Amino acid sequence: MLVVVCIKQVPDTTQVQIDPVTNTLVREGIPFIVNPYDAHALEEALRLKDRFGFRVAALSMGPPNAEATLKKALALGVDEAILLSDRVFGGADTLATSRVLSEAIERLNQQEQVGIVICGKQTIDGDTAQVGPGIATRLGYTQLTLVDLIEKLDPQQGRITVRRKLEGRHEIVEAPLPVLLTVVREVNRPRYPTVPMRLESEAATVQVWSNQELQLDQNGIGLKGSPTWVSRIFSPQREKGEIVGDGAADPTGAAHLLIDRLVSRDLLVV
Amino acid sequence: MSPNPKLFAVLLLLSASVFVIGCYRRFSLVALGRPEYRLDSAGARFSRMLRLAFGQERVLGKPFGANHFVIFWSFIILAVANAEFLASALLPQASLAALPTPLQHALLFLFDLVSLLALFGVLIAFARRLFFPEPSLSSDYVKARSPEAFLILSLIAVLMLAYFGLHAGRIALGSEDPSALPISAFIAANLVAPLAIVPSTLAAWSWWLHALALLSFLAYLPQSKHMHILTAIPNCFLGHLDRPNTQPREEFARGMSLGVGRVDEFTWKDLFDSFSCTECGRCQETCPAAATGKSLNPRNVIHAIKTNLLNNGTALRAGEKPPLPLLEPAGETTSGEGSAGEQAIWACTTCGACMSVCPVLIEHMPKIVKMRRHLVQMKASFPEELTTFFENIEARSNPWGIAPTERTKWHGTLQVRPFEAGKTDYLLYVGCAGAFDARQKQVTVALATILDAAGISWGTLGKDERCCGDSLRRLGNEYVFERSARDNVSLLAERGVKKIVTQCPHCFSALKNDYRQYGIELEVMHHSELIASLLASGRLELKRRVADLGRLLFHDSCYLGRHNDVYAAPRQVLAAATGAAPAEFVRNGVRSFCCGAGGGRMWQEEQEGERINLNRVREALRQKPDTVCVSCPYCLTMMEDGLKDLQGGAVKVKDLAEVVAEGLRA
Repeated sequence: MLVVVCIKQVPDTTQVQIDPVTNTLVREGIPFIVNPYDAHALEEALRLKDRFGFRVAALSMGPPNAEATLKKALALGVDEAILLSDRVFGGADTLATSRVLSEAIERLNQQEQVGIVICGKQTIDGDTAQVGPGIATRLGYTQLTLVDLIEKLDPQQGRITVRRKLEGRHEIVEAPLPVLLTVVREVNRPRYPTVPMRLESEAATVQVWSNQELQLDQNGIGLKGSPTWVSRIFSPQREKGEIVGDGAADPTGAAHLLIDRLVSRDLLVV
Repeated sequence: MSPNPKLFAVLLLLSASVFVIGCYRRFSLVALGRPEYRLDSAGARFSRMLRLAFGQERVLGKPFGANHFVIFWSFIILAVANAEFLASALLPQASLAALPTPLQHALLFLFDLVSLLALFGVLIAFARRLFFPEPSLSSDYVKARSPEAFLILSLIAVLMLAYFGLHAGRIALGSEDPSALPISAFIAANLVAPLAIVPSTLAAWSWWLHALALLSFLAYLPQSKHMHILTAIPNCFLGHLDRPNTQPREEFARGMSLGVGRVDEFTWKDLFDSFSCTECGRCQETCPAAATGKSLNPRNVIHAIKTNLLNNGTALRAGEKPPLPLLEPAGETTSGEGSAGEQAIWACTTCGACMSVCPVLIEHMPKIVKMRRHLVQMKASFPEELTTFFENIEARSNPWGIAPTERTKWHGTLQVRPFEAGKTDYLLYVGCAGAFDARQKQVTVALATILDAAGISWGTLGKDERCCGDSLRRLGNEYVFERSARDNVSLLAERGVKKIVTQCPHCFSALKNDYRQYGIELEVMHHSELIASLLASGRLELKRRVADLGRLLFHDSCYLGRHNDVYAAPRQVLAAATGAAPAEFVRNGVRSFCCGAGGGRMWQEEQEGERINLNRVREALRQKPDTVCVSCPYCLTMMEDGLKDLQGGAVKVKDLAEVVAEGLRA
């Protein structure tokens, strides 16, 4: 069985600033990182590899420099890394992106049966959480979002049981394979690459697939295939916070007040 | 029962064979280690060997050291007597009697006296182990009252007693001149004659007792901790000449094993060290991890290497995979029997205290770093807090993962210029703590104020400054350190930096010592050194004497003091600022006790045993200070945290730059 993990290279958003004049993201000199949620998706795929011996393929759609992200996946232990890169893929929204990724997964499925696709819950640059579900829809896979635990996997029976992390509760769901999972941070702690694996990954090649390989209709992909577009990016004005209690005079009382306030706003669950 | 050269020759052959086989077994195992060159600067090595081995410099640092000094020198002198004993036992003509009488008498006189001293030394050693054994004599694998220790002491005592018996007998027989042997003559006169002991029987029995004790000692030597008699002196010659905190670089190529995960991946010198340990317990006594109940005991680590090597010897010689692992998975402690526990390996603060007291120059800390290198680089096995630390450094080149754009936020209203070669004299290497840590930023501002007040031309690398990599390297993440050091070295070279001032002893040591391995020679000064010289030359003048900080107590940073020998400068600075020398901890200078944050411990939880910083803060509070004065951002954090935990009340913690800056205020 093949496990496919979709990962995205994103700008390190803690370092991104918005140009106050043009209202656009200042991306110059900002390093790229692996989308943090995708790092958890990758780890979960590798854990399935460790437990069941599945092969793992990492997929990423992006510009040529996104190869670095896939190299990191190779250093962590994926068996195959494929970069979907073509000018005609550029400017895609979540719909167009999911079309390209679905087609690539379909091609992989022709070589070896895909049982599980894993994505991060969302990316930290777009924050839509739509690409994973979009892929599941296009491929007709069962979609299990917000997974924080794979409780059981029976490859023979082709069934999986996961726990979903929802607001204030958990939900246990069982589904037939193939499935698409989107995972939250709590699902695992990503591993750290060993040096031999890093050195191997430096020598390994990342396959690059363009639309020549995928043969998708150009009207459904890239900017042309994207019904949504971003009209403006801006930083909201931050409202001034409030001081709760008197921390210096009565730290215990202030802490109680703070906890009450957080609970009443549903920010803290007790 | 008279001396029998033929029987003796057979016994000697037997004993010598056991000795040679024992030595061969061990030294051939040492040869399995990786190559390392330790014969450079022979002159410096030789003089150090004279001081440490023959002068017993570090041995004398402890109360019973004088006793060992006496036994050591007795052994050296009596080696001549014993050589004569062996020679004359085989060939009766080859004795001292062949020498001119005055020389013969002089030697006999000396041997007689020294034998008595050695006997006293042994009795004191006996009494010490029996009646006042210090805790550091015992460890997990051996106790102060171990049969081995008593066996060895008994053998030496028997040798001395037999010596006196032999010579007293000979004097009574009239074959030796009593005037040359005052002690033996005393025994002959006061014991042999009154007790009606037959002199010839006494001499014969004593001769055989002496012979058997000597031969037993020879045979037993390589099997025991007394192997150090053979290895300690060469080990003092072969010890590291470089800064011990500067570990060698590693080569990164596919298919190579990194660090040490198997005992034969150590160098031959590392293995030789393990056979040089005298089990004196000095390292164990001084180690902050061991002192606070962690699973690390540097002595056990060295013993584990030795026992692992001995147990795996057969397999290693056959080129097979050793059956006993060198590293035990996390959770196991280091008992010293064959394997080192991973938890113990992570408990080291790399403070270097163990190495500063080892009388035979065993290098504990570099071995721990080598094992860390294996765990991090080959196995990715380390305390989980470190994943975040490593990732933060890799992504943003600082331990907290704060955006590099915020490196200049400490400037506030200060005018801070970028470093420009030719225009600026000093690069102020702010350091991650100096740039990001809220408390340490105040020290950076104080230092900047001092530099301006002294009219120093200085600049920074601003947002381009990166982490120096000290913690990375001590934690064994050499691969990431290597990349980061290369980047830093090329940045420093590109900007034309020659002189650097740092406020962090870790940046200081990395830039000054570690970066030299990357082909850059920088003049690096710790701020204490620069400020001390500015005050001494009068270039920095204080407006007032700092009195409002009360009684100052100075805490030595390991990486400034022990690792770089800077002890005087911070004390001079404080004395100049306050008009009086600071108060001292009981453990100060080279004996200073770590704050607990070095060696990457800053970024790990400390759940085992007592917290190291609390141990140090308790020691501080006994001195009743108003202000604990530090010279390192880690120490600052650890002391402040410890004082909060122990309700240190009004006691403040200040960096020495802050003390000086106080004196600049009108």
